[in-house]
Amino acid sequence: MLGLLWAIPLLPFAGFVLNGVLGARVLPRQAVGILASGAVLLSFLVSLGAIAAIADPVALTAAAGGSLTTDAEHHRAVQTLWTWMPIGTSAQGTVLRVDWAYALDPLSAVMLLVVTGVGFLIHVYSIGYMGHEPRPAYARFFAYLNLFMAMMLTLVLGASLPVVFVGWEGVGLCSYLLIGFYHDRVFDEATGMTCADAGRKAFITNRIGDMGFMLGMLLLLATAGTLDIQGILAQAGTLGTGVCTAAALLLFVGACGKSAQIPLYVWLPDAMAGPTPVSALIHAATMVTAGVYVVCRMAPLYQHAPGALLTVAVVGGATAVFAACIGLCQNDIKKVLAYSTVSQLGYMMLGAGCGGFEAGVFHLMTHAFFKALLFLGAGSVIHAMSGEQDIRRMGGLDRYIPWTHGTFVVAWLAISGIFPLSGFFSKDEILAWAFRRSILLWGLGVGGAFLTAFYMSRLYFLVFHGREHFDKETRHHLHESPRTMIVPLVVLAVLAFAGGVLGVPEALGARNLLGEYLAPVFEAAPAAGAAGPAHLSAGLELGLMVVSFVVAVFGIFLGWVFYAQRPEIPATFAENVRGLYRLVAGKFYVDEIYDRVILAPYYALCHAAAWFDRYVVDGAVNAAGYVTLGTSYTSVGFDTYVVDGLVNLTGYTVRGASWVFRRFQTGVVQSYATAVVLGIFILVSVYLLTQGH
Amino acid sequence: MPVPPSHVLIFSLLLFSIGMLGVLTRRNAIIILMSIELMMNAANINFIAFSRQLNNLTGQVFGVFTIAVAAGEVAIGLAVVLALYRNRDTIYVDEVHVMKG
Repeated sequence: MLGLLWAIPLLPFAGFVLNGVLGARVLPRQAVGILASGAVLLSFLVSLGAIAAIADPVALTAAAGGSLTTDAEHHRAVQTLWTWMPIGTSAQGTVLRVDWAYALDPLSAVMLLVVTGVGFLIHVYSIGYMGHEPRPAYARFFAYLNLFMAMMLTLVLGASLPVVFVGWEGVGLCSYLLIGFYHDRVFDEATGMTCADAGRKAFITNRIGDMGFMLGMLLLLATAGTLDIQGILAQAGTLGTGVCTAAALLLFVGACGKSAQIPLYVWLPDAMAGPTPVSALIHAATMVTAGVYVVCRMAPLYQHAPGALLTVAVVGGATAVFAACIGLCQNDIKKVLAYSTVSQLGYMMLGAGCGGFEAGVFHLMTHAFFKALLFLGAGSVIHAMSGEQDIRRMGGLDRYIPWTHGTFVVAWLAISGIFPLSGFFSKDEILAWAFRRSILLWGLGVGGAFLTAFYMSRLYFLVFHGREHFDKETRHHLHESPRTMIVPLVVLAVLAFAGGVLGVPEALGARNLLGEYLAPVFEAAPAAGAAGPAHLSAGLELGLMVVSFVVAVFGIFLGWVFYAQRPEIPATFAENVRGLYRLVAGKFYVDEIYDRVILAPYYALCHAAAWFDRYVVDGAVNAAGYVTLGTSYTSVGFDTYVVDGLVNLTGYTVRGASWVFRRFQTGVVQSYATAVVLGIFILVSVYLLTQGH
Repeated sequence: MPVPPSHVLIFSLLLFSIGMLGVLTRRNAIIILMSIELMMNAANINFIAFSRQLNNLTGQVFGVFTIAVAAGEVAIGLAVVLALYRNRDTIYVDEVHVMKG
């Protein structure tokens, strides 16, 4: 199956082309959904085969040849399809060659399974969720979704940074297209922001990060002389700390944009303007984890740049707590989940930044399960509530939509970090790494964990318990979602429940399967810059686990008291700390600060530039034009009246003269003769008269 | 009594003037030709008159020559008039002014 590596991104791409060209008019409605989901399912199966093939070193060595090169020791296979950019020379004077190549190793294998697996479930879910859409929109939706899968898989499999970048930009494009899917609808009534505006915001904010990514790429090209990821990582030790730090930080700027870290996280909450399956697939499970993926992919580079690694950890930890705070006061079910996603992405960055790359990847995976489940559950709730998204107008829904409720409970407990659900293990591993690095970072992590448990409990109790805050009309329409939506929920619930099995810490007497699986990727560079002890004792690790578990339970308990037992407490509480509450509910006014500090001067600059353009540049051009025009008029005048005048004058003179002389030429011979006679008479007269004297 | 030369000259002057008046005023080409003959004869008379006055026969010889030449000239002139009539259906010279500017 390794030979079919190229087909993994190409299958969804084919689905995109087919659905994009034929979906709106030719294909029947069912075929569109089946085609899109089938392409992803096939991709998933091919991925499974390919991943099985890299597991066995002997078979892997034997598979080499043709376009495939393999590295049995690191369980890596690279398929080079063609030479993409045979251009230029680098600092070393060697010709730069960028191949279009796909690389499969344990890290990309994990990503592949998450992307295609969760992606497939969400495709199936979308068949039900988007069922009410008109057919052209339905086909467009699945075409975009398939294009997204193709681009995400390109990103994951890319063996060199430019190929990764193609996928990186491609998923950004699809994100933009899908956020603005309902491009004519108003998304945020307070600011009048339309869905198209939200898409633009996401796209432009990502552009800022992408510039960092590109600069990082160029720096690596200039210093390492290659863009091949393995080629760069092999040289990471010889590049020097300065170059490594600069490159790692620049790549992290890109990761900040894509993975919605401070200060570029602002686009993700507004990305909720897209349909809910899009929020689940792109803005929770897969695309936003691309930044984490790239940081982990470039792990050896970061290992040689302790400063950059610390920055990743601090930014990640700060984002985890900051976004969780905002999440406390959001009332839109999807926005709560969006801030939760930002916060959880911060967790992954925190893990990676503390040197626990496999912990970051582990949390990436479990998060993909439970956050996709949360979003799909939210979608199911919205579906049942006929489009209502405000959690203050829900309540007591557990009776009406039992399947959604049951799966939501699993996701809620998983994200809160309750033993033995998946979130507990992954979060715990990150916290262990953070503790090893610094107790402050660990504190940030634990604080974030508490806030997460609290706001998720708030969400859960407000939506599924308590009094019903909706009208009879809505209650009448309340219904459980169709089977195509429930089945993915159940599968994801199983994964969210049991996904932690892959990474049970050794302190609990089990094997950390995922850690062992990923070891070939991360073992190449030993953990550097970690200040604390390399390994925690089993007792300490158990102690940390108990602490985070207790914190999670406390958060849930508090949520239960606040929002289920005594609903009057939150209002009183908000009243007592009104200023703080308004600050948090206003999302710390980050959007407003960006508006004032960055956008306003930027717009002013734009206006100034436009003014300069209109009046100075255009003015100069127009002045040149007017001068030319004036000169031309003068020239034309001179030509018409002086040059032509002279010519005409000659003509008129000749004509006048000839008019005079023509009178004599009568053609009558007798008049000529008369003239001759007269002439002779005069001449003779003159002669005679003068001779006489 | 011999005729004095002055009388002859006056006569030839009158004859020449009549011819010239004819040439200048008449429309008919044949009459113009005849008027030319008159002028030519006036010249001949002058030749003869001076020949007698000066006792030199050269003038008389010239007169004979002139008559011969005049005969040829009339032949050509009549031929021209005939050609004109054939082509233009007229012999009035004022009607033939194709050379008008």
